Amino acid sequence: MRWLLLKDLQILRRSPLQAVLLVAYPVLIAVLVGLAVSRGPEKPRVALLNEVPANARVSLSGTKLPSANVQRRICDKVECVHVHSRDEAVAKVESGDVLAALILPEDLVNKINSLSTLSPGTPKVEVLVNESDPLKAGIVDDRIEALLAQANLTLAKRIAAEGGKYLNLVIRGGDLPVLGGGIHILGLQASAHILEAIEPALPNGPLKVALSQVTEFANQAGENLDIAGPLINRLAQPITVEKVAVGGSSPPLETFAIAVAATLTLAFVAVLLVAGSLALEREENAYPRLTRGLVSARALLGEKVLLGVVVGLVVTILMLAGLTIFVPLEWSRFGLWLAAIVVGGASLATAGAALGAAAREVRAVSLLAFMVTLPVAFLSLVPSGTVGQGLYDVIKVITALFPFKPALEAITSALEAGNGGIGGPLLHLAILCIAYAAIARLALRRFTRV
Amino acid sequence: MQARGLVKRFGDREALKGVGFSAEPRELVAVIGPNGAGKTTLLSILAGIQAADGGEVETGDGTVGWVPQQAALYRRLTVEENLLLFARLEKHEDPSASVEEMLDLTGLRERRGEIVARLSGGNQQRINIAIGLLSRPSVLLLDEPSVGLDSRQRARLWEFVSALAGRGTTVIFSTHDIQEAERYGNRVLVLADGEALFDGPAEELREAVRREAPEAADRDFETAFVAYLHHRGH
Ligand SMILES: Nc1ncnc2c1ncn2[C@@H]1O[C@H](COP(=O)(O)OP(=O)(O)O)[C@@H](O)[C@H]1O
Ligand SMILES: [Mg+2]
Repeated sequence: MRWLLLKDLQILRRSPLQAVLLVAYPVLIAVLVGLAVSRGPEKPRVALLNEVPANARVSLSGTKLPSANVQRRICDKVECVHVHSRDEAVAKVESGDVLAALILPEDLVNKINSLSTLSPGTPKVEVLVNESDPLKAGIVDDRIEALLAQANLTLAKRIAAEGGKYLNLVIRGGDLPVLGGGIHILGLQASAHILEAIEPALPNGPLKVALSQVTEFANQAGENLDIAGPLINRLAQPITVEKVAVGGSSPPLETFAIAVAATLTLAFVAVLLVAGSLALEREENAYPRLTRGLVSARALLGEKVLLGVVVGLVVTILMLAGLTIFVPLEWSRFGLWLAAIVVGGASLATAGAALGAAAREVRAVSLLAFMVTLPVAFLSLVPSGTVGQGLYDVIKVITALFPFKPALEAITSALEAGNGGIGGPLLHLAILCIAYAAIARLALRRFTRV
Repeated sequence: MQARGLVKRFGDREALKGVGFSAEPRELVAVIGPNGAGKTTLLSILAGIQAADGGEVETGDGTVGWVPQQAALYRRLTVEENLLLFARLEKHEDPSASVEEMLDLTGLRERRGEIVARLSGGNQQRINIAIGLLSRPSVLLLDEPSVGLDSRQRARLWEFVSALAGRGTTVIFSTHDIQEAERYGNRVLVLADGEALFDGPAEELREAVRREAPEAADRDFETAFVAYLHHRGH
């Protein structure tokens, strides 16, 4: 058997173009699909004209807030293209270079500061959009709206926090920083204590009654206003959002993308190589000669599967190693990777053998293998909920019959902890492996025709 | 080697209808017949590739070598790699020595490193035969070995095969060329539509043809042979 394996590797080496295609093409497809799966929508490019003076600060009641750094916040969410004039911003939007332009006017901070004065102004930002593309316009609207909502929320929180501080001062007393100095505020609680202390010294009479009323007010106000503080804070953020994922955990997109790339590579190498090399035995008329006492059909099948697993393993591991340049992988789980790739590879290889035994020529077989593997791979990537339930059930059955999906599950689970158990997929793969081996054995009987 | 009453059916079609013959060591037996006569079917049953539906095959001691009609070798490997692979699969004790032996026998020593696909059909056929010889057979079955070869290549092939027979191998070959059968076969087995029409020395076949197709007796042997087949209803 090892001589046959050596022979197949020699043939592979002799057909450099085929070998390169066999290895490079799957890797290319795998990386492309991986990219497509992992890459979220890009950050939109937005021109930013910031006319606010660098030293301007939002201040409330004379207290300057730490720099809110509006610019940084915006540029976190979108790709900022800094411009220096309104005309430049307009030109960029018109040319389509940017999706939109955001103009923060010079008086923006002053207007915000005026919110807490007796003559509040209306702070405004300006957004320039190229409305020729409705899709783009929609995206911009969404982004800007999200940005503004966030800015308003931040501002409201700050105002509420400031308000809370003043309230606290009134209740508990303390120093109010004013104009470089500070004024000591007594506070309701301390006032009540003082009044309570004075009360016994007063003679009974209308004065004492009046004082006890004031003391009572101070106590009640202190207690009730104490509740008001948290209430104001709540007002600033009426609803908090807590994201809860239901229906099992899904692997992080990056891990999943890598698993997809690895499984695609493994699938193409194993299926195409085994199917093609088995068909080659037939094309070269070697099958009857080999099975005439030199090797059994079973051993030949075993050799092909071994070939698929060995080459598939090498290529897949190399690809994963190459990917570590871009994404960190948990090499400590290497043993699990090996298990997933070997069992997945064996299952895919036997499926390839069954395909290879079905057609007569290498070319027809390669095409067949391609036509089966690619659609099944894509079907395996269809997430539930994106198609109708009936259709999804059909897809589930189809993808369960071919080793791609269980191999993907096994590899995903092997790459990172918490992506579901590896046992189920491995068992699934083993069952498919046995089934396809039986099919391949049956199909091989037709090979004996001379 | 002996065969008796061999029957082979493919669905309703009877490819062999009770064919029998025998061959002795050093004998060169030509199985001749038009395309579809059942030559390949007969040889592959003798080789054990296919099972007969009836009749029996007796092989003396030793193995039966089989050289299929279409070269069964790896065209992307070199001459040497092919020979080495099959020598190893035959579990020779010293595969490299067997390779050298076969390179001498086929006269392809200088071309040992060449990819088989680049060799001429004649040279490919020689390697095809050499691989069949690696099992060191006492009986060698050659299915239309000269098809696709030019006359010079044919001459070299038959020289090579005759030498094998001279060293004690029983050679059974098929051909659809009556002249080749007559020239190189000690014995001729005529097959048509799965029936054995004649089994005997080549000279006797000429006599039988003259006797049964007298109108074509003065024409060339091939024409006369076709007339003979026609008389026999084929
Ligand atoms: N595997 C097969 N299935 C069906 N028919 C076959 C098969 N092999 C041979 N035959 C038929 O049997 C007959 C004899 O074929 P074959 O032995 O190849 O003839 P020859 O080698 O003399 O040209 C032909 O009619 C052929 O069509
Ligand atoms: Mg034939």
